[in-house]
Amino acid sequence: MQHPVGYVVGDDGNFELESLSALLTNPWALAEYAHTMVGATITGSLVMASIGAFYLLRDSSVAVARRFVSLAVVVGLVASIAAAMPTGDIQAKLVYLHQPVTFVAMEGHFHTTDRAGLVILGQPDMQAQRLDNPIELPGMLSFMTHGRWAGEVKGLSDFPTDEWPDNVPLLYYSYHIMAGLGTLFILVLAISALQLVRGKLWQSRGILWVLLLSLPFPFIANTAGWLTTELGRQPWLIYGLFRTADGYSEQVTPGSVWFTLLGFMGMYALLSVLYFFVTTRIIAAGPEPVGNAD
Amino acid sequence: MDTLWFCLLALMLSTYVVLDGFDFGVGMLHLFVARSRAERRQVLRAVGPVWDGNEVWLIALGGTMLLAFPKLLATAFAGFYLPLMIMLWLLMFRALGIELRHQVEDRLWEQFWDVAFGLASFLLAVVVGAALGNVVRGVRLSEDGTFFAPLWTDFRAAGEIGILDWYTILFGEATAITLAHHGALWLTSRTDGDVFSRSLRVAASTWPLVVALGVAVVATTIVVQPNMRASLQARPWTAGFVFLAAGSIIAARKYRLRRSHGKAFLASCVYLYAMMAGGASWIFPFVLPGRESGAGLTASAAASPAPTLVVTLYWWVPGMLIALGYTAIVYRAMPAKFSIDDAAQH
Repeated sequence: MQHPVGYVVGDDGNFELESLSALLTNPWALAEYAHTMVGATITGSLVMASIGAFYLLRDSSVAVARRFVSLAVVVGLVASIAAAMPTGDIQAKLVYLHQPVTFVAMEGHFHTTDRAGLVILGQPDMQAQRLDNPIELPGMLSFMTHGRWAGEVKGLSDFPTDEWPDNVPLLYYSYHIMAGLGTLFILVLAISALQLVRGKLWQSRGILWVLLLSLPFPFIANTAGWLTTELGRQPWLIYGLFRTADGYSEQVTPGSVWFTLLGFMGMYALLSVLYFFVTTRIIAAGPEPVGNAD
Repeated sequence: MDTLWFCLLALMLSTYVVLDGFDFGVGMLHLFVARSRAERRQVLRAVGPVWDGNEVWLIALGGTMLLAFPKLLATAFAGFYLPLMIMLWLLMFRALGIELRHQVEDRLWEQFWDVAFGLASFLLAVVVGAALGNVVRGVRLSEDGTFFAPLWTDFRAAGEIGILDWYTILFGEATAITLAHHGALWLTSRTDGDVFSRSLRVAASTWPLVVALGVAVVATTIVVQPNMRASLQARPWTAGFVFLAAGSIIAARKYRLRRSHGKAFLASCVYLYAMMAGGASWIFPFVLPGRESGAGLTASAAASPAPTLVVTLYWWVPGMLIALGYTAIVYRAMPAKFSIDDAAQH
């Protein structure tokens, strides 16, 4: 749906699947799959590191907890680097190539420039069509897309507004939260790994605290990444072929949608409470003694 | 080509009903055939390895519908929006019951989830049955071929119809009772001790109801479904499914009385397949019949373009072979009997 391939448009205007191999080797699908799996690995690693750090700071189950943290820090570091390079980088280049308007909206790049900067912070101002209070790395965006500092990067204002993603600020923030957190993961895990190699991690209570508190952030980063792909796809349901506005079910009334939305919110609220209750019990109970982990 | 896909889709739906059906049945009976904590665990262990695999058939069904009959998916999922969402919530709740009850060793906690599991299983059987009843009865399609079914209107199976009317409620009840019988036979073939003897009593007492409701469903379908008589005239051989169903449900009783419980369960599977095949063959050529004779969404109108149907077959066949393969492995690897003793070890 992000990058449709392997189809032909039939005489009646319907899409017909033409090539299964093209469908299965869709570069977009492969890159997104790899990026998602790496994201899941980071999540697993940081949860493990966080729980391990919790036991270490409390001085309970030290042997198991050290194994938790060492494994999680090493795997997490590899995965978080892989999330940026190569998987994230490949995906960004695919977005630039196939969804250029999404790319510039993600980056908060409003006007066409040579030497486009990579925005680190800033608030998109949709009225004035600029980024307020920007902090950016000069020329970096041009470098990342063209491989040289002086490449021209088209700005959002050069695309027709009916092709803009519907919610540019939310897309911009989702992307920056994901990328920002991803960068922080690399930083935190690299420092932890360094201390681990030097044999000083178990004494660095500060770093263990940071690992402990990192627990929610991979979940936030994953959610933000998901928001980025889906908001970035708008206003298309199938990119370039079929608009979201043409794709909803007219028979389902807004009242019915409210009914199920509220139902799902209730269901998920219940699930979250139960999940929190059960997992905190499991964590509080501590790992079973090694060798008896049945 | 679209007829072939219609048969494959009907086969997958039937397989879902046969497989998830017995664990719905087990869920309904759970509170009654298992009294002590050890017995409850014994019953849950008898469906533990397979219940989630059984539900995968529902997801595979949705996927197959998307590739073979996208228009059916679009029409039916919008039209049956409310019942499908309710079904989804029940499936979630039921899964919670199975997965969470072991997490905390507390009587009240376990009781809560046991009731959740039992109630959700029963309601699911009714909802799945009512949904199948809707498809067989037909829906009021508008000019552009779409519809939206309210949950209920005046419960007459005519005029402004909803999801629930006397016919679909009858269908839902028949499904619930039939699956309870089906689940009881599964338990008789896979457990021993008190759970076994209670399940055997349930199977014996539900059997006459299964027969009575089965007859009632077939008889009322002839009245309610406008296409059925035409289908029977065009394809008289489809009446054979009724005889197959009758034969297999009688065989289920005979095997149960002879204490061949595995065979009794298989006979009940055949019964469900025969009933589903009958229903499917009578609504054909429609995948979603309308309320007037000869109206509705036909398989050929709902199908994907012919090249897609061919390409996806290459994809579907190996996929299904893998699914059948692992299903067979799981069922073979399961213990033949779940006793209370090995349940107590956990």
